[in-house]
Amino acid sequence: MASAPEIDSATDPMATFRGEARAWLAANFPPELKGKENPMSAVDGPDEASDAERRWKAAMGDKGWGVPTWPSQYGGGGLSRAEARVLQEEMARAGAWNPIGGMGVMMFGPTLLEYGSEAQKAEHIPAIVRGEVRWCQGYSEPNAGSDLANIQTSAIDAGDHYIVNGQKTWTSGGQWADKCFALVRTDKGHKHAGISFLLIDMDAPGVETKPIRLISGQSPFCETFFADVKVAKANLVGAEGQGWEIGTRLLQHERSSLSGGGSASRLFAGTPLGQMALDYRGADDAGRLSDADLRLRIVRHEMDVRAFALTLRRAALESKSNAGPSATSSIMKNVGARITQDRAELAIEVMGMQGLGWEGEGFSEDELAQTRTWLWGKAVSIYGGSTEIQNNVIAKRILGMTEAK
Amino acid sequence: MAILSEDQTMLRDMAREWADNEAPVAAFRKTRDAAPPEGYDAALWQAQAEMGWAGVLVPEAHGGAGMGFLSLGLVLEQLGRNLVASPLAATAAATSALMLGGSQAQQAEWLPRIAAGEIVATLAIDDGPHFAPDRIATRVEAGQLTGTKAFVAEGDSATLFVVAATDGLYLVSGEQGVTRNTRKLADARSHAEIVFTDAPAQKLTEGGEQLLRQVTDRAAAATAAEMLGMAESAFAQVNDYLKQRVQFGQPLSTFQALQHRMARMFTELELMRSAVEGALEAIDAKRSDVDQAVSLAKAIAGDTLNLVSREMVQLYGGVGMTDEYDAGFYLKRARVLEAMWGNAAWHRERFAKLNGY
Ligand SMILES: Cc1cc2nc3c(=O)[nH]c(=O)nc-3n(C[C@H](O)[C@H](O)[C@H](O)COP(=O)(O)OP(=O)(O)OC[C@H]3O[C@@H](n4cnc5c(N)ncnc54)[C@H](O)[C@@H]3O)c2cc1C
Repeated sequence: MASAPEIDSATDPMATFRGEARAWLAANFPPELKGKENPMSAVDGPDEASDAERRWKAAMGDKGWGVPTWPSQYGGGGLSRAEARVLQEEMARAGAWNPIGGMGVMMFGPTLLEYGSEAQKAEHIPAIVRGEVRWCQGYSEPNAGSDLANIQTSAIDAGDHYIVNGQKTWTSGGQWADKCFALVRTDKGHKHAGISFLLIDMDAPGVETKPIRLISGQSPFCETFFADVKVAKANLVGAEGQGWEIGTRLLQHERSSLSGGGSASRLFAGTPLGQMALDYRGADDAGRLSDADLRLRIVRHEMDVRAFALTLRRAALESKSNAGPSATSSIMKNVGARITQDRAELAIEVMGMQGLGWEGEGFSEDELAQTRTWLWGKAVSIYGGSTEIQNNVIAKRILGMTEAK
Repeated sequence: MAILSEDQTMLRDMAREWADNEAPVAAFRKTRDAAPPEGYDAALWQAQAEMGWAGVLVPEAHGGAGMGFLSLGLVLEQLGRNLVASPLAATAAATSALMLGGSQAQQAEWLPRIAAGEIVATLAIDDGPHFAPDRIATRVEAGQLTGTKAFVAEGDSATLFVVAATDGLYLVSGEQGVTRNTRKLADARSHAEIVFTDAPAQKLTEGGEQLLRQVTDRAAAATAAEMLGMAESAFAQVNDYLKQRVQFGQPLSTFQALQHRMARMFTELELMRSAVEGALEAIDAKRSDVDQAVSLAKAIAGDTLNLVSREMVQLYGGVGMTDEYDAGFYLKRARVLEAMWGNAAWHRERFAKLNGY
């Protein structure tokens, strides 16, 4: 990924921008933050940021480079895709990471840019660009998981505002979020066409959250309750009844960001599994990983990772012409989920009992983190539309297969 | 299902009934939350001992039932179904070491106390985080044992350790020269690093060259029986859940995509049961191919439980990720048992060697 240290303007058509980005990063990225990114920051609670982290976030926020391709009129980077790629390469080269993240960046922002009113964009986008507002996703309900269109949370028309009642669940980061983009029912008569897309303040009277504990021991998500919550009509995105269309568009953004996009680089970060296995398991006389079976399974995984990277790149090149995410986001999400889970399973196997530590003495920080990563990772094939649901999408929308009648 | 004698059928039914009535998964959850220092509920262990389970393997002459490994497996399977936190498997593995390698005096000293449930015994084999019986550095000089054993099951409460040293297996009582460092693993069970410093040790002199291998094979077979119970119960729970959970206006169990996965798991479970029972029977029959039977069982048990525990979380969906549901307990315990006494990869490797390729 990393480019040559010398920028050659004769061979690199992006030389000018590359030089600019490199210089800016050298001036603004605090070197002590190299590789310090917390991969779970999007769902974890707000932790104590260091001084350097605050400076870095402010610099990226002002520059708009946390969301490099968003329009500059709302504070985004305004870069072309090619420039954004160069920026990513230069960041990787400098060991820099993107401090601007979360659901606002991954899902809500792109959707609002497409469907929001001018006033809504002006109000919300700049705050997302600077990472100042945390958004959460109010989609799922106890009886509306995979069957999302079954949501029952109601928004009743009360003149200039709606009155919202109901319950959401699995709201990631709900207890820390400032605002929620929610699917609500404005019409009981129509399953899909009765759904609207509404923006709700999490500190509005009547909104309550109750954290749910996960199998990894963390509690990054909530049940969220709405009791007679007043929401101004100005917070309706699109038209009443257009929520299903907008909501599924947002899910496409969710899928593509979950599979690749920003997080793809993460799949290649960290100690390669093969090296980790040599460290933990040792080599045979020929220098090969001593456990042949494990060795081949690691190779299979590494090959999957590379094929996935090539596919992401191919898809990026092919979709240059069309702007948004496509149905292939389902494929990418499934492969991304599989790879993430395979890696975690292999990592704990490589570490043996040392990779199953829960807390206390006897484990390194990395080892304890590996246990959490493994357990947390079981969610990636469930949220954002489960693997099974993506497979249904692939079968129906791409392959044209229909259900038996 | 293996052909069971009348006694074995009774033992199995009693264990099943007891586990369902007295020790459902909710009991494990309670113990996990209370986190007693020994890692299990002492009253429940007492009850198990009173039913004679601690002495299932112990010969009648020493106060046990002398029933053998298939019988032990039947009990462990029932405990595995409900994730009962019990030191039975560890104690039984140590018992088999005494039976195979102990002198008459050693057997007379320890087996009656084990059968009565007075003491918890365990194996302390691995120096590191992987099963590696050929890489042991623990030494004995002039009857004193020195070395560190990682992740000893029930190490927090055991008062008798069967310890692997460079020149064989030794008995060490938990009193002198023994330091216990609790290791908290994801399964919330007892594991401890045990540091032996000049601990008085008595060698197990019988059993010959093959003793360590025979003992760890028996431990692996017992573990596979617990895994069988877990896989069986995890599968049954998912199957029930899919029939209840409604999405798209119908129970999830009506989707063919899920039906085929359940059918596949059910098939794998059948193979797992045969392999596990086969290993237990081979041990009881003192067959010459016990090692192959055990490797077959532990490898298939590892793969199958791995599959079922992953599918359990996945098919429960969001609730499967929550601590409030039990799916996570099965997932976490599964990986620990998979790693104990050789994981699937280790046993496939050995199986290949045993078959000459
Ligand atoms: C860690 C985590 C974070 C989440 N964050 C959020 C969030 O921030 N906001 C939010 O709104 N939601 C969130 N979710 C909820 C998530 O979107 C749902 O869990 C998901 O849609 C699945 O729904 P469910 O849990 O009700 O499972 P169910 O729909 O009950 O599904 C159970 C199982 O059945 C399968 N299944 C269902 N229908 C079919 C079918 N037709 N064919 C084949 N298989 C099927 C599923 O794939 C799954 O394996 C989160 C979930 C998790 C685990």
